[in-house]
Amino acid sequence: MSAPLLKVEGLTKRFHAGGGLFTRQRTMTAVRDVDLAIDRGEVVGVVGESGCGKSTLARLVLRLLEPTVGRITLDGVDFTGLSPKALRSARRRMAMVFQDPYSSLDPRYTVADIIAEPFVVQSRAMPAGAIEEMLDAVGLPGTAATQYPHQLSGGQRQRVGIARALALRPEFVVLDEPTASLDVSIQAQIIELLSSLRDRFGLTYLFISHDLGLVRYFCDRIVVMYLGSVCEILPGARSKPRHPYTSALLASSFSPDPAARREIIPLVGEIPSPFNLPAGCAFAGRCPRVTEACRTQQPPLSREGGHAVACFNPL
Amino acid sequence: MIAARHLTLARTIFRRPGGAIAGTWLACVVLAAVFAPLLTPYAYDAQVLKEAFQPPSAGHLLGTDEFGRDLLTRLFYGARTSLSVSSISILISVVCGMTLGAAAGYFGGAFDRMVTTVVDLSWSFPEILIALILVAIIGPGITGTMAAIAVAYLAQFARLTRAQIMMLRSETFIEAAQSLGASHSHVLFRHLLPNALAPVLVSAMLATGDAIILEATLGFFGLGAQPPLPSWGSMMSSGSALLFKAPWIIIFPGLAVAITVVAINLFGDALIAALDIKDQVRRGE
Amino acid sequence: MTALLSLRDVSVDIGRNRLLDGINLTVDRGQVLGLVGESGSGKSLTALAITGLLPLIGGSITGGAIHFDGVNLASIGEAGIRTLRGKRIGFVMQNPMIALDAVQRVGEQIDVVSRLHLGLSRQAARLRTLDLMAQLRIPEPGAVAEAYPHQLSGGMKQRIVIAMALAGEPDLIIADEPTTALDVTVQAQIIQILTRLSRERGLALLLITHDMGVVAQACDRVAVLYAGRIAEERAVGSIFAAPAHPYTAALIGCIPREGMAPGSLLGIPGAVPTSGRYPPGCRFHPRCTNAADLCRQDRPTLRPLQSGGSVACHFAMTETP
Repeated sequence: MSAPLLKVEGLTKRFHAGGGLFTRQRTMTAVRDVDLAIDRGEVVGVVGESGCGKSTLARLVLRLLEPTVGRITLDGVDFTGLSPKALRSARRRMAMVFQDPYSSLDPRYTVADIIAEPFVVQSRAMPAGAIEEMLDAVGLPGTAATQYPHQLSGGQRQRVGIARALALRPEFVVLDEPTASLDVSIQAQIIELLSSLRDRFGLTYLFISHDLGLVRYFCDRIVVMYLGSVCEILPGARSKPRHPYTSALLASSFSPDPAARREIIPLVGEIPSPFNLPAGCAFAGRCPRVTEACRTQQPPLSREGGHAVACFNPL
Repeated sequence: MIAARHLTLARTIFRRPGGAIAGTWLACVVLAAVFAPLLTPYAYDAQVLKEAFQPPSAGHLLGTDEFGRDLLTRLFYGARTSLSVSSISILISVVCGMTLGAAAGYFGGAFDRMVTTVVDLSWSFPEILIALILVAIIGPGITGTMAAIAVAYLAQFARLTRAQIMMLRSETFIEAAQSLGASHSHVLFRHLLPNALAPVLVSAMLATGDAIILEATLGFFGLGAQPPLPSWGSMMSSGSALLFKAPWIIIFPGLAVAITVVAINLFGDALIAALDIKDQVRRGE
Repeated sequence: MTALLSLRDVSVDIGRNRLLDGINLTVDRGQVLGLVGESGSGKSLTALAITGLLPLIGGSITGGAIHFDGVNLASIGEAGIRTLRGKRIGFVMQNPMIALDAVQRVGEQIDVVSRLHLGLSRQAARLRTLDLMAQLRIPEPGAVAEAYPHQLSGGMKQRIVIAMALAGEPDLIIADEPTTALDVTVQAQIIQILTRLSRERGLALLLITHDMGVVAQACDRVAVLYAGRIAEERAVGSIFAAPAHPYTAALIGCIPREGMAPGSLLGIPGAVPTSGRYPPGCRFHPRCTNAADLCRQDRPTLRPLQSGGSVACHFAMTETP
């Protein structure tokens, strides 16, 4: 069994707000003690609603944010402890595709400049025809090279973002809601593009999304997050959820099939504040299967049968 | 590629009447300053005492001053002083201000707090006061004037740059550059500063107009360019005593300052409008 | 029985561009009509046209007629439409963050609607507000009513906006992407609340969305909008089982669903044409797999299908049986 490409252990990120002369300092825990291993060639999805920490996790994995606690290992090498110089060099092996195609490209750069930038940053010579090759790989015409972002549509901009991410042939790509800002018909194009690129370049993906339907279509395994903690890791896209939150999330995702209409049992209560996390399970206040133990202790992530779930009373 | 962008910008500016008129005047002033030796019939320090206090005539288009020097010549050479002093000192001010502001905005923390405090403190002093203090220390003359102007306007550019940098820092394309492994200097010089430049340039343009007035003010008090080097301010100073005897000595340099500063402001307005339109068109819809 | 709301051949222009062309829609009491389209299709414009808010964006109705409860909206003028707004037509906008006044407590914002349109006294209006909030499952209505918008979550704010829309006892609610800015679990609850209200109170609901999942869950009938024209209008069961217009079929095929094989997700090549750059003939033909010469030349008009509904396509995929 080969070692995982990316391993994350005990990853925690806390933010501090206030702390000036007149305001009390408050601490917000965005990501809490996350353990995750991603094998080469896998597509791992991370789903959750707003405030669950998935975007923060994406940035922690690339060290765009520094973890408060925890370790990240890339192909056996401790990524968290790298010096700035070694980090820059290691960044060649990882890349990120961002959610907003409108602000993720520098408006003053042409498409050619944008795709060439990774080479410039890493001080590598750009092979002849590299730009044309990347444009072709992402389905853009060669004429796009001299255009500016404002001349392109959202879907085209996102393709440029993908071309930039893949210019140096990274091994691991983090995709932060890459299609959330796009129309459904364009989203489908981009997803199929990502799929073919993964096969072509042998990539490993960490795919962040709020769209459970999309993640179940595209990903091999699914990590479900709630208020900074992992509550479940589904071993397969079609696995039945065992955590009550995952089940609620699944029930709330309407499928385009009128025959599948259902009555939703609404989750009661409100989401707790990340500044003031409750003592026990973060979901206890809203869970229909809550027990006494849930309110006092945080359930650990137990991995029996290859299906990890953090719940004292799973389905 | 860059030239094409600037050409369209220039066209947009000149399409507006304010921009066209102002641009033409400023071009004339610049030409007058650059080609002064070729355009003027006399030397600027040629004193012909028996021709002193002459009103405008065929021989002296703008008259002569109290030493019989040709006013038109002195006006053209005065343009050199005004333009060079103001533009060089604003240039120094922009470079230093942008550096400080960019560093403060990008790195934040204690450095930012320190820079902001100093900048805010200097912001509370009127420019003329700062200028006078500096000239008192350095001594009158062109060097003193340029240093004074540069320091007086530093706060403005530092603050503006800092605000722009802080706004741009949270743009996703900055994060994207960092994810590629870009160093701080790459992010600052290849992404942040180019995008922050536009408002600072416009501010610098308008500050040049202010600087001309500041230079003229210092010159009026004899603290600027020393005689016989002409400057519009010192010409106005010596002309003020002779207001009723030979009013043209103060009127022409006064008009020159006023029209040039107004022209700079009009041109700056046209530039802002042109950049806005360009930005609107650039954003596509 | 005539429909509560009907649009006949409505066109909307902004400046020189015709953005909506020949829109035909009807909504009955107690019915939920879904208006589906991607960005640039003109769905929000339709909402603005019905509520008489087009002048806000410099638009105007340049053709056709909108009838509400038998009355032609063009005949009652601005003042007439103003009396309808809030009292008989409620409007839930996309972004609850901007629909609420940031400096007024939310309870008061709902009170105002009751007092204005129903002439209630201060106390009666407040009682009604609390009642509405309870119906919308807002916990501790008394406390929430005293809160300012920024103190509430997105889902809560949207419920307040819906309460405001309901306060005037309208007959029709137009909800323009009411849940797009919200989390998935909250969206599910809000959609459920809206459909329940429609059934229980006989409200007509025009639900504007880009999400076919929401349509499948909540709507009775669906109208599909593409580049300013209606492509298809059918009962929800029929449209998913056998879409008649190639765009509808392609749109449904874009959505990842249960049991889909990898690689079977098909996008639609190209992009929605922008206003002013519409292709001649059928606006969808450049992206349509079935396109023929006729499609490039002749604009297809909406014609009825024998199985119910209507479609605008020369080669509709479901023909009369």
